[in-house]
Amino acid sequence: MGVFLCLWYNIPGIYFPGSGCDLNKNFVRGMRDGIPIALGYLSVSFGFGILAVGLGLSVAEAVGISVTNLTSAGQAAGVGIIAAGGSLLEMALTQLVINIRYSLMGLSLSQKLDESFSTPHRVLAAFGITDEIFAVAYAREEKIKPAYLYGLITVSMAGWTLGTYLGAAAGQILPERLNSAMGIVLYGMFLAICLPPAKKSKGVLLAVLVAALCSTVFHYAVPGISGGFSVVISAVTAAVLCSLLFPLPEVEP
Amino acid sequence: MRLFWYVAVMAGVTYLIRLLPFLFRKKVHSRFFRSFLHYVPYAVLSAMTIPAIFYSTNSVPTALVGTTVAMVLAYLEKPLVVVALAAAASVFAAGFFF
Repeated sequence: MGVFLCLWYNIPGIYFPGSGCDLNKNFVRGMRDGIPIALGYLSVSFGFGILAVGLGLSVAEAVGISVTNLTSAGQAAGVGIIAAGGSLLEMALTQLVINIRYSLMGLSLSQKLDESFSTPHRVLAAFGITDEIFAVAYAREEKIKPAYLYGLITVSMAGWTLGTYLGAAAGQILPERLNSAMGIVLYGMFLAICLPPAKKSKGVLLAVLVAALCSTVFHYAVPGISGGFSVVISAVTAAVLCSLLFPLPEVEP
Repeated sequence: MRLFWYVAVMAGVTYLIRLLPFLFRKKVHSRFFRSFLHYVPYAVLSAMTIPAIFYSTNSVPTALVGTTVAMVLAYLEKPLVVVALAAAASVFAAGFFF
């Protein structure tokens, strides 16, 4: 226990010197705030691990994808494209559209960064911008220091990676009924992200409905279309329509 | 080797999307573009979920049960993990009947 605490308090100071990270409490605070995210990721990435192995990937490949991507929706769509033998262009476009939301989050977050957030720190920390990490970091009242974000990302990534490994490895030995049940986890999380804002905003509600409708039409009316393109076309159509019908209010210059 | 390029493209595009706005501190001024960026995440998740969620388990009836449970709990604004795991638990339970 003592050794653990010692590492906990000292590693940040060694690895991230002179960045506000010498204030180890920022890193530790980030790690602590990351625990709920990690627990959530554990179950969701468990589902991803099962999905990836079910589509023919190995355990190592599934874990490799999680470590390098750290994104639920993008990875789920990505392994679908890999399994279907889609083109690299399709992969790039799909990731672009599915993950474009991170640009918006990155923009918002960049307005809240501490002065100690130099370019190298931005280059490193940008890797860890996810919906949940953004939400937790953005909700902080004070400016975000590199160490805080690193702590948040480290713990979250550990949960994401471990969950993928467990899902991919155990998915093969779990009873069929449990595997089947875990298959819905990711989609359940997507619904949980979409529905609350759709209650409050007509624009979001319309976006959700139009995208679902388009995607359903593609699925049944154009059987040959790949999942990636279907998502891209449906989402862009819905988002353009809603931007025209329900544009956001003007901001102060 | 083919897989390597898939993952490289996947990870590369995803990282650049995260990095560029984070790096340059650009302010988005276009009202249309800001609105588009605002709506895209929800549209994407919705298009990914419907109709795929109905085929995410080993039978459509169990998936329908899970979808209903997830939708109700999501509508009640329960935390993400709660919604996701309750959906899975209901699919598991429904598996005994369908």
